[in-house]
Amino acid sequence: MAWLKKLAGTAAVVVAGCAVAGWVLSAPVKLDRDTLAQLGPGDAAKGERIFNAGGCTSCHAKPGAKDDERLQLGGGLELKTAFGTFVAPNISQDENDGIGAWSIADFANAMLKGVGPSGENLYPAFPYPSYARMKPSDVADLYVFMQTLPAVSGKAPPHKLGFPFNIRRGVGLWKRLYLSDKPVIEFAAGTPDVVLAGRYLVEGPGHCGECHTPRDAGGGSRKGEWLAGAVAAEGEGIIPNITTGPGGIEDWSAADIASYLETGFTPDFDTVGGAMVDVQENMARLTPDDRAAIAAYLKAIPPHPNGYPARK
Amino acid sequence: MKKLVLAISLLSFAASTAFADTILDRQEYMKERGKLVKQMGQMAKGETDFDAAAVLTALKGLEANAEKFDAEAMFPEGSLEGDTTASPKIWEDFSGFKAAEEKYLDAVKGAVAAPPGDLDALKATMGTIGGECGACHKAYRIKKS
Ligand code: HEC
Ligand code: HEC
Ligand code: HEC
Repeated sequence: MAWLKKLAGTAAVVVAGCAVAGWVLSAPVKLDRDTLAQLGPGDAAKGERIFNAGGCTSCHAKPGAKDDERLQLGGGLELKTAFGTFVAPNISQDENDGIGAWSIADFANAMLKGVGPSGENLYPAFPYPSYARMKPSDVADLYVFMQTLPAVSGKAPPHKLGFPFNIRRGVGLWKRLYLSDKPVIEFAAGTPDVVLAGRYLVEGPGHCGECHTPRDAGGGSRKGEWLAGAVAAEGEGIIPNITTGPGGIEDWSAADIASYLETGFTPDFDTVGGAMVDVQENMARLTPDDRAAIAAYLKAIPPHPNGYPARK
Repeated sequence: MKKLVLAISLLSFAASTAFADTILDRQEYMKERGKLVKQMGQMAKGETDFDAAAVLTALKGLEANAEKFDAEAMFPEGSLEGDTTASPKIWEDFSGFKAAEEKYLDAVKGAVAAPPGDLDALKATMGTIGGECGACHKAYRIKKS
């Protein structure tokens, strides 16, 4: 029986080893000193553009908020996903219930690394996997702009997640696999600046890929099918293909795309619907140049067939 | 057993096709809204010249279209299978759905009562009306592939 004991011993060592490795690999990673130094003082006027491009109100304002209410970021919206229900937290300037007491470094760590002030991993239902591609100076501008917004008291209810998704530590492993600040689409040298400006807006603050790109079994974006459309991760239905591949928006001109983002009308004057309505309303607040850049990028990316199964 | 399965699948087939015409009709009805809005939209985009009389005609067309809306007849319970983008939320909150149409009708009536006199006013009108189309489509319509 000695061999059995030995085996059990080895197994125990292996299990312990894996646990240690897992613990180390899942540790939250914060921003390094160099990146923090690039934040700079921030500029509220510029931050408003980032706030609109980032669509923070879509999730953090009260559901159905209109006009000025969209600047009251008390949270409460429920995002029902296959992993459970996430509730958008209060990110208003309230010092106790919101993020009024957060330093700029705390904020940048949340936006770019998905790490909260006490070192906890944040869930990627908060679209930081896209925001991670933002310039530190834009994050600083956003921070300063958000300081001009009202404090809203009251915490949002907690998330309703089952095991193992209720363990934040596990998100650390997910981040090792999927979190990157590198652009998704590599363009050849000499690509027009307008396309690159669009890439930044779409892949970074605009987080279009979070809805429009299909996900793999681990819940990460399938970058080989970038923006090909997907089964909705939240709610029902599908999110359309916005590449120029079959089923996508090949017959939309760049001007059609820009006009859709501005007015909500498709080229045949159907109107925007579903979760895209909030996105479109935020895009309408950007400048014509920004919308033209997004359109130019969508016309320049690789075409793909639909990233969701055909109707049964 | 086989017979039962067959019967059930026939039943569900019947359910998905029973409303096929209703669905086609209401989509045609919605497309008319799209066509009318397009006439104004082309002016707003600068593709055609601004024409106040043509705008008023289009707005009156939208009003006549909206007055034909009949929620119960066009969106009967269960008509959400097949080639439709109607969301199940319509039947979970039928009064909210009807209220969204009321708000849209109000916006159209307001525009008919005070039709836009120039291009900027037309853009504003398009924004108001389009906002109500979008508000209903946001809550009560989903793309299903
Ligand atoms: C798709 C919905 C969504 C959007 C859009 C979104 N967030 Fe969030 N955000 C969330 C969710 C859900 C959480 C909770 C994550 C968690 O608990 O780990 C969160 C968490 C946060 C946190 C951490 C709050 C805390 O108390 O730990 C900050 C800060 C934040 N978001 C800021 C922003 C900003 C700024 C924007 C816009 C640039 C934004 N969010 C856009 C859903 C969203
Ligand atoms: C919260 C999820 C979400 C995000 C984020 C999002 N979209 Fe969408 N998008 C949708 C949905 C849902 C639709 C379908 C709208 C409808 O039913 O009319 C859509 C439709 C579109 C369409 C029209 C496609 C068609 O065939 O009708 C375009 C273009 C588009 N989105 C571009 C973008 C861009 C650009 C961004 C980033 C700035 C973006 N979307 C971000 C959910 C999203
Ligand atoms: C009260 C709700 C409501 C309002 C207001 C509304 N719609 Fe719709 N619309 C719908 C629904 C629901 C569908 C899906 C019908 C289906 O597929 O069965 C739809 C579908 C459509 C379609 C697609 C039809 C097709 O071919 O499948 C177009 C185009 C459209 N709407 C245009 C408009 C325009 C333009 C306006 C405003 C001028 C508008 N709608 C206002 C509820 C509304």
